[in-house]
Amino acid sequence: MLEQSYYSKADEIISQHGRTQKALIPIIQDIQSCYRYLPAELLSYVAKQLGINEAKAYSVATFYENFSFEAKGKYVIRVCDGTACHVRKSTLILDKLYKELNLSKEKHTTEDMLFTLETVSCLGACGLAPVLTVNDEVHAAMTPEKVSALIAKLKEEEQ
Amino acid sequence: MEYITIDTKRVPIEGEKNILSLIRKAGIDLPTFCYHSELSIYGACRMCVVEDDRGRIFASCSEQPRDGMVIHTNSKKIQSYRRLIIELLLSSHCRDCTTCQKNGSCSLQDLAYRVGVHAVRFLNNKKQIPLDMSSPSIVRDPNKCILCGDCVRTCDEIQGIGAIDFAFRGSETQVMPAFNRDLADTDCVGCGQCAVVCPTAAITVRTNVTEIWDAIGNPNIRVVVQVAPAVRVAVGDSFNIPKGENSFGKLVTALRIMGFDEVYDTSFGADLTVMEESKELAQRLEKNEKLPLFTSCCPGWVKYCENRYPDLTDNISTCRSPQGMLSPLIKDYFKDKDEAENKKTIVVSIMPCTAKKGEILRPDNFTDGMQDTDYVITTQEVIRMIKQVGIQFESLEAEAADMPFAVASGGGTIFGTTGGVTEAVLRRLAKDKSYQNLSNISYVGVRGEDSVKEASVMLGDREVKIAVVHGLADAGRLLDKVKAGEVEYDFVEVMACRRGCIMGGGQPPFAGARTKKKRMEGLYKADTMSNIRYPDENPVLLQMYETTIKGKEHKLFHRHMVEK
Ligand code: SF4
Ligand code: SF4
Ligand code: FES
Repeated sequence: MLEQSYYSKADEIISQHGRTQKALIPIIQDIQSCYRYLPAELLSYVAKQLGINEAKAYSVATFYENFSFEAKGKYVIRVCDGTACHVRKSTLILDKLYKELNLSKEKHTTEDMLFTLETVSCLGACGLAPVLTVNDEVHAAMTPEKVSALIAKLKEEEQ
Repeated sequence: MEYITIDTKRVPIEGEKNILSLIRKAGIDLPTFCYHSELSIYGACRMCVVEDDRGRIFASCSEQPRDGMVIHTNSKKIQSYRRLIIELLLSSHCRDCTTCQKNGSCSLQDLAYRVGVHAVRFLNNKKQIPLDMSSPSIVRDPNKCILCGDCVRTCDEIQGIGAIDFAFRGSETQVMPAFNRDLADTDCVGCGQCAVVCPTAAITVRTNVTEIWDAIGNPNIRVVVQVAPAVRVAVGDSFNIPKGENSFGKLVTALRIMGFDEVYDTSFGADLTVMEESKELAQRLEKNEKLPLFTSCCPGWVKYCENRYPDLTDNISTCRSPQGMLSPLIKDYFKDKDEAENKKTIVVSIMPCTAKKGEILRPDNFTDGMQDTDYVITTQEVIRMIKQVGIQFESLEAEAADMPFAVASGGGTIFGTTGGVTEAVLRRLAKDKSYQNLSNISYVGVRGEDSVKEASVMLGDREVKIAVVHGLADAGRLLDKVKAGEVEYDFVEVMACRRGCIMGGGQPPFAGARTKKKRMEGLYKADTMSNIRYPDENPVLLQMYETTIKGKEHKLFHRHMVEK
């Protein structure tokens, strides 16, 4: 069970979009942008409120890669692993980030909830390869050195 | 008249909504995985592809017929296309057919043979996913799923439950409950209708055959078996017996050969249910409380009501189901004998139903804290046992069941189809039990395949309003109306499966429209042929009510509500 405030927030978002089945996606999008992830309990709650089967709602939420049931860190780093970036050695960038942040393929988020590391298929910015984003900010032509500097800077900002 | 041409044959369009139906009408059994006449059209499996005279290839299940169309169902192109689809399906499917539950009744296996796939060129590099064994009724093996979506649509559209759906996408797609929970932790009622439509062994009936052979092989155990009404009109399906023919007598003989010690008829239990439920209805009508009375003989329905309409559970009859009444009575009957012979009696039920496997585990169905029915096996499982022994079922002489639980009324037998329970209860409550009046009751509107049937009868000077519904999605819609006060009834019969137990999740699969009808007719015929039409004509039962049962009705025949 989540805290009551989560459900009140969900109610608020539902009332903004209207209690109709087709509002499912916009509602869970808003919930996700509010909490930076989609709490499983809220998906079930919203489904119930809209009269949608829980399994159907889960089906929708898992279809789109954008939705995540895992709580994410403050900084979500997405490393592009599309063809262009891959050819330009995005793997080195990724490895560096795994090391710097002590993360792995299975562990996406740091203990202190500061960083989440993900890969994406293509960010559509192949000219800037290899590229990564931190939340909505784009970092082009990355190298392992630039990665270290970036992480150090972000950590410093948090001090 | 509009026509289309199917492989040289001119076929008139008579309201068919898709080309597939016309092809089938033309006598060609086009292979399909995802088309079911009672479900919405999904168009995912592509097995039903055909070619038109311009070389266009399309899925015939999702294409409307137009006048003058020319369709080829078996061109070279189509043949290789179909073969490729099957080959691709097999490429990510385990191929241990010899040990599979579905061996011999698997559509994938059948179609691989039919379209002529002799080798699979692709390697299966899918990771093994663990089975879901959490439900007492069905087993899910996602490794064998071909993603046709039949189960998803059945559970959602017919049963209104939606316990399972697709999750993820692309090569990651799987059918699963929300959050990949165990089926036991969902609203699944165990009706098994998903297993009925699943073309492979991705969803199968959970089997208890081994336990039963073990019990039969143990000399210290008396293995008693009871056979539900709907089983008798379906068990012959696998033995070349005409559809819907009553094979109860042959089944009794077969069960004796297999080694069961006593063979009883669950219809006797149904008679008990009629006695108890009529009493309950009369009482509630008199007090005008907890109406409408809901029937309780279908465990899928009871669970559905508990899950979705918890505020209406008081309306459910406190009666146990027929198996639930007969089993404790059997155990009571053998109590002294067991002690004297130092034996243990176990009761096995042969049921058309997968939800019954769950019903027997419910504490509110226990007597003195003990489980009454030890195992439930389905019609499918008993067919398998008959085949294991090698019994030539079709040529068996029919035998009668064992006394005392062999004599049952026709009213008890028609429990196996929608409307049967209601009709039996009405016969019992009717003051005028003349042949003519009983026939009138048959035609008040409780028989037939309509999803919701309404009737009204006079009991004394009270008009009793009745609804009969089958299929849980329709039941849900009816309940919503009841709650909203749009409709008012005194008695509502609900069966989870469409057409009732004759189409239960444990019945032999591949029953088409004709078989469904024949099974229904088979039960009504058994009723007509019975010389006892209603339970208060059942001499054995009446005598027991005076003697052995006396004073124990509540203990043996009603659910004991347990504090949660
Ligand atoms: S058994 Fe019935 S309720 Fe359960 S998943 Fe299958 S169709 Fe749905
Ligand atoms: S489990 Fe069976 S019915 Fe359901 S999608 Fe898979 S193959 Fe089809
Ligand atoms: S039956 Fe037509 S696509 Fe499956």
